[in-house]
Amino acid sequence: MNELGMVYALLGAAAAVFLSGTGSAKGVGIAGQAAAGVISEDPSKFAKVLIMQLLPGTQGLYGLIIGFVTLSKIGLLGGGAADISVKTGLMVLGACLPVGIVGLFSAISQGKTSAAAIGVVAKKPDQFGKAMLFPAMVETYAILALLISFLAVSAIQI
Amino acid sequence: MAVLQMQRMSICALKRDRKVILEKLQSMGVMEINHILEEDEDFHRMDTANARSSFEKAAAMADQALDILQYYAPVKQSMLSSLAGKELVDRDRYSSVVQKSDVLLKTARRIQALDKESAEKKAAILKIENSIESLKPWLSLGVPLNFEGTKHTVMIPGVMSGMLTRENVYEKLAEQTQELDVDIHIISAEQDTTYLTVLCLREMATEVEEALRSIGFARPSSVIGQVPADAKSDMEKEIEKAGERISEIEKEISDLAVNREGLKILSDYYRVRGEKYEVLGELPQSERTFLVSGYVPAGETAKVKKSLSGKFDCVVDVEELKEEEEAPVLLKNNKFSSGSEGIVEAFGLPGKGEIDPTTIMSFFYVFFFGMMLSDAAYGVILSVVCGILLLKFPRMGRGIKQNMQLFFWCGISTLFWGIMFGGYFGDAITIIARVFFGRDIVVPAIWFVPLDEPMKLLIYCMLFGVIHLFVGLGLKGYMYLKDKKYMDFFCDIVLWYMLLVGLLIMLLPSELFASIAQTAIVFPPAVNALGKWLAILGALGILLMSGRGRKNFGLRIALGAYDLYNISGWLSDVLSYSRLLALGLATGVIASVINQMGSMGGKSITGVIIFVIAFIIGHLFNMAINLLGAYVHTNRLQFVEFFGKFYEGGGRAFHPFKENTKYADIEEETK
Repeated sequence: MNELGMVYALLGAAAAVFLSGTGSAKGVGIAGQAAAGVISEDPSKFAKVLIMQLLPGTQGLYGLIIGFVTLSKIGLLGGGAADISVKTGLMVLGACLPVGIVGLFSAISQGKTSAAAIGVVAKKPDQFGKAMLFPAMVETYAILALLISFLAVSAIQI
Repeated sequence: MAVLQMQRMSICALKRDRKVILEKLQSMGVMEINHILEEDEDFHRMDTANARSSFEKAAAMADQALDILQYYAPVKQSMLSSLAGKELVDRDRYSSVVQKSDVLLKTARRIQALDKESAEKKAAILKIENSIESLKPWLSLGVPLNFEGTKHTVMIPGVMSGMLTRENVYEKLAEQTQELDVDIHIISAEQDTTYLTVLCLREMATEVEEALRSIGFARPSSVIGQVPADAKSDMEKEIEKAGERISEIEKEISDLAVNREGLKILSDYYRVRGEKYEVLGELPQSERTFLVSGYVPAGETAKVKKSLSGKFDCVVDVEELKEEEEAPVLLKNNKFSSGSEGIVEAFGLPGKGEIDPTTIMSFFYVFFFGMMLSDAAYGVILSVVCGILLLKFPRMGRGIKQNMQLFFWCGISTLFWGIMFGGYFGDAITIIARVFFGRDIVVPAIWFVPLDEPMKLLIYCMLFGVIHLFVGLGLKGYMYLKDKKYMDFFCDIVLWYMLLVGLLIMLLPSELFASIAQTAIVFPPAVNALGKWLAILGALGILLMSGRGRKNFGLRIALGAYDLYNISGWLSDVLSYSRLLALGLATGVIASVINQMGSMGGKSITGVIIFVIAFIIGHLFNMAINLLGAYVHTNRLQFVEFFGKFYEGGGRAFHPFKENTKYADIEEETK
């Protein structure tokens, strides 16, 4: 039975990474399409739209953080794997879910918002500061999820 | 430190001094032209549209010539050259260029004409090349395509579809008619076209051609009256000639590149003159006099007055602005805070009656930015890069310079927080010591390591957030006091402070807080009672006073209750500061992922090489992505949480009448 605990824990780490990573890939893709359109008209805006495009990419990094913290917590990184009961394994899995699921959906929404903000930059480049704020609003919820996942994973006793 | 006080300055002078006075004002660049006087029977506006457009055209021509020069004789520009800003040109050089503006304009025209000719030649070459291509199948024909034939015979040239041999054509022709006597020569045959000539007796020509047409024979679309091979060599000569001319033109344009500097100054000269004429067109002028009026920062009026009144016959009048007038906004801050003026501008300049939030915001900005990036090594890199660029390019544009200054200070703050939290490229020192030297070194954090005690840092983040928000609320109170709105100050500020402080005092000794902070805080009973009463009185006050503008008592209470609901807004504002912790953790954890990945090669030469490569690429990536994150989220904390408490923006920027040049700044007259 004890091996199954490790399986659950690893599944948690994987879910954190692949869900949020998928979301970020999609979000950055959406924003990238809008950015490429702007560049075809005005290449001098490259730096500005690139920053906008990168904004939905952070969810993937948050997933990576939780994945990494989880892996080192369950001892898969260097040193022997810890002995994990099924209950603890499921707890780890649960702790990983917020960043994964919120990351998935928030990154896609943020990608759409970024695309809209890129539209603002295309028409009014001087409003960059304000335009950047809209995608940043979406990101708040990914940060909150990261925080809870992080606090939960580090609070679980192994 | 503040929004600069503006005054209205009006200058009335004689028309003969018009040019000199306007140029003087333009070179000082401290006045935003704004006329309140309407046209009447004495004062008229002059129509300068024609003069203006001719100057703008000249400036555009110089710009175009510069673009062409850049194409033919490119000047290499380094990546950093955009930071260098405009160069400074002294008055003597400027006026020497202006004196020979005719010659320079002619040069600009010449450059344009040459460029046009070169483009035409290139198009001609393309056309000739097409003709040669269509001539190719006929090259082996020894007579011109429109060859008349001999006394008794005719030659009919033509094309047929498909790759055919002589026999094929004879067969096809035989199918149509029997008794025709023709001689067929295949000139060349391609995949889907065959080029051929048909010889026949003159009296049979019409019949033959008819028969040929019925088997799909057609005369060539274009006919050149020359033997194809000769025509081809003639055309080649023509191409060669055009090519020679193009290289001549290239040489001539490259030789003209010495005028580049002159053309830049010329373009600026016409641009500045164009703007002067724009202003001139707005001036009310009578038969002998003219009037200039506009906003000038209060500190500059004396200087303008002094430079004008002694030299010219004029009246300079300075007055305070009227109540309802909305003055343009110019900010002035000390060296540390002026860096964040750009951040305030991005949100919106202070509107009428608002204070300049830059100074107070700049401290919080730098503080929070450092907390989010929180790695000593990244901080050093950021500060050093910004510092070097600032020293190397002292003339960089204002906006970039401000950002560089801001990030220089943010770097220092990052260094500070990195030392506090013990982050130097994440845990690089520990990893290097363990993998390559087999020792255990841990650089101790001065304060504590956030990864080990995240809850502790979370509490501190909330604390910083509460301070930040309270300062924002305090600033709103300050603005109320400044406007002598004491009632508003008490109801909207003092009552809220009472409620919030009371709630905080009640929260701190509670079990909820104890379980988060893992330490119980016990207040003496008197303090607990104080907290309770502060909260109750504050809440009651807000309930009763928020809707004080309404006569209807029920509506007033309802509005008060709605305002009280804002307490949830405060809660989410404070929680928003948890991003300080989250982004700080992100930097640290990703850095240690990079270090760990790099060290997987182990203790060997390849291991060291892998580590160095992973280290450089990985940390550059991490620094870039976290710089972006710290920038975006610090902005958000200022714009949404902090400004949301007291600041609206919406002011109009100060646009003085000045020498708006594109390529070079012209030194101000020192006389």
